[in-house]
Amino acid sequence: MRTELLTFATVKSVENMKILVCISKSPDTTSKIAFTDGNKQFDENGVQYIVNPYDEWYALVRGLELKETLGGNLTIITVGTAADEAVIRKALAIGADDAVRVDADAKDAYFTAMQIAEYAKTNAFDLILTGKETINYNGSQVGGMIAEALDLPFVSLATKLDITGTTARMEREIVGGLQVVEANLPLVVSCAKGMAEQRIPNMRGIMAARTKPLQVVAATAVEDLTTYVEYGLPAAKSAVKMIDPNNMDELVELLHNEAKVI
Amino acid sequence: MNILVYINTASNLAKSALEAVTYASKIGGSVSVVATGNADDTTLATLGEYGAQKVMIDRSASADDAQQVTRLVAKATEAVNADVVIFSHDLIAKAVAPRLSVRLKAGYISGAVAVPDMSNGFSCKVNVFSGKAFAQVAVNSAKKIISLLPNSIQPEKAGAACAVEAFDGAVGSAAIKVVDTKKPEGEIPLPEAELVVSAGRGMKGPENWGIVEDLAKALGAATACSRPVADIGWRPHHEHVGQTGVAIRPNLYIAAGISGAIQHLAGVNGSKVIVVINTDAEAPFFKAADYGVVGDVFDVLPKLTAAVKKFHAAQ
Ligand SMILES: Cc1cc2nc3c(=O)[nH]c(=O)nc-3n(C[C@H](O)[C@H](O)[C@H](O)COP(=O)(O)OP(=O)(O)OC[C@H]3O[C@@H](n4cnc5c(N)ncnc54)[C@H](O)[C@@H]3O)c2cc1C
Ligand SMILES: Nc1ncnc2c1ncn2[C@@H]1O[C@H](COP(=O)(O)O)[C@@H](O)[C@H]1O
Repeated sequence: MRTELLTFATVKSVENMKILVCISKSPDTTSKIAFTDGNKQFDENGVQYIVNPYDEWYALVRGLELKETLGGNLTIITVGTAADEAVIRKALAIGADDAVRVDADAKDAYFTAMQIAEYAKTNAFDLILTGKETINYNGSQVGGMIAEALDLPFVSLATKLDITGTTARMEREIVGGLQVVEANLPLVVSCAKGMAEQRIPNMRGIMAARTKPLQVVAATAVEDLTTYVEYGLPAAKSAVKMIDPNNMDELVELLHNEAKVI
Repeated sequence: MNILVYINTASNLAKSALEAVTYASKIGGSVSVVATGNADDTTLATLGEYGAQKVMIDRSASADDAQQVTRLVAKATEAVNADVVIFSHDLIAKAVAPRLSVRLKAGYISGAVAVPDMSNGFSCKVNVFSGKAFAQVAVNSAKKIISLLPNSIQPEKAGAACAVEAFDGAVGSAAIKVVDTKKPEGEIPLPEAELVVSAGRGMKGPENWGIVEDLAKALGAATACSRPVADIGWRPHHEHVGQTGVAIRPNLYIAAGISGAIQHLAGVNGSKVIVVINTDAEAPFFKAADYGVVGDVFDVLPKLTAAVKKFHAAQ
């Protein structure tokens, strides 16, 4: 049922592709995880923040590739404080055109998503990309929440994304397999491994990032639906029991009688 | 308290569905289930044995379309006046639960590992920092949503079969079209697996994976791998476990030829029992292990497989 008119509309929209990539920060993956204030606060002492790997490696880089082949503009958005601007500049250095920071300390996924949705409402984007999850809170929540607030389809944990006309074709991993799905733009997609390869920013990108526009907008009033009350560290493992490599019968016996897992 | 559990079904019920219903009945109150998929009524009725009072099914909704499932679950929430909605923390929940949270303005606890603590408000334990720590998350809203991390609790039978009724979720049209599905035959899906055999760069090359698969087959385990192994293409991406891969918490995790980098541990240290096989007695993984074998995978894995087969034959 694709008429010529539809095809025309399709081509037009692609030329003006507007992409929004949601960027969050996360502690460097080798950070020591500790808590202060009676286990109520994450201890940021000595913690180096990076762009959340899923946002950087997959969402941002795939967004840039699409922009480069289809033309258009790629904006990054972060709900965060002024301290997050180093991380925002890194994403700009990789190639985003401009950045938006919603000025708030993001503590709750609903709060965060509502801020991003609010911004997206006034700036019609064709594609909104998020990472699969943040590696500190691992909620996998924000993307779906943005989609619901904007009443858009949401494809979660996509490992491939291609756009033809106004149609997005994606792959995602389902339990024990792979699914190929299609949806029309505008669309929200959360990006997982496979989508793109990490890009290392070059000197030119880093220099250019210093002068790229970073717009700071005030947060809208939204209540937090959840609160992180307390943190804890897993109990230390008891000492490892060493088994003679020539006595695998003993290992099997221990797994059966002592550990009771087989 | 009224509790609603969403499950998707194939012809049979997944263990994760039984876990979710068991979890709901542990919270206490009246438990209803809203389902998609094509399980028949007799199968669905067995959910009563795990604590469900009734099952409502809409076979017209596509579990692949998060908007359809969201509409269905929202309508069911209203129908049973649910205070708490439970999902299993799988691919469907990761798309639907956040949407439902916005639609119902209900706080969402993602990836719960324990029954909620209701002694002072409503809060639940989750893993954070990719499994390096945990947190207690409180919900501030009247309605609550929880997705339960698979393998956090075991299904428990308590009651008898329950009523099953057709339910019209008024799901509307689907915005997501499934074009193709590729399902490898007979493999055990990694996130649900109770036993996992995993291997890393110590295997030297993809041609050597036969001994890993042999052990997995003997145990009835799923296979996994470290990130570099998936990155170089020795193994498929979906087997990559760790901070940037799949996070798993099986009963048994056997790591062969994996050094135990912090990013790898992040995805597997929720495992109940960890066995490490490595030639290097100083490999960091031994610190996280319950049982360790200092030895060569090419020698130890076949011996372990033989021992497992002998054990099964004697059972
Ligand atoms: C941001 C970030 C995210 C990351 N995310 C992940 C992740 O999600 N998952 C992940 O796995 N990694 C991740 N990594 C990579 C991680 O840091 C390690 O590099 C990786 O886990 C190492 O894989 P490996 O143990 O297979 O290989 P290696 O580190 O090379 O270890 C191989 C091990 O095999 C042993 N060995 C060698 N030969 C034999 C033999 N014949 N028999 C027995 N043992 C033998 C060696 O002693 C060694 O311990 C991440 C890194 C970064 C920076
Ligand atoms: N504070 C934030 N600002 C912008 N985007 C965010 C923020 N927090 C999370 N996101 C995006 O939402 C995705 C999922 O995050 P989460 O729901 O926390 O796992 C991340 O990968 C980011 O793309």
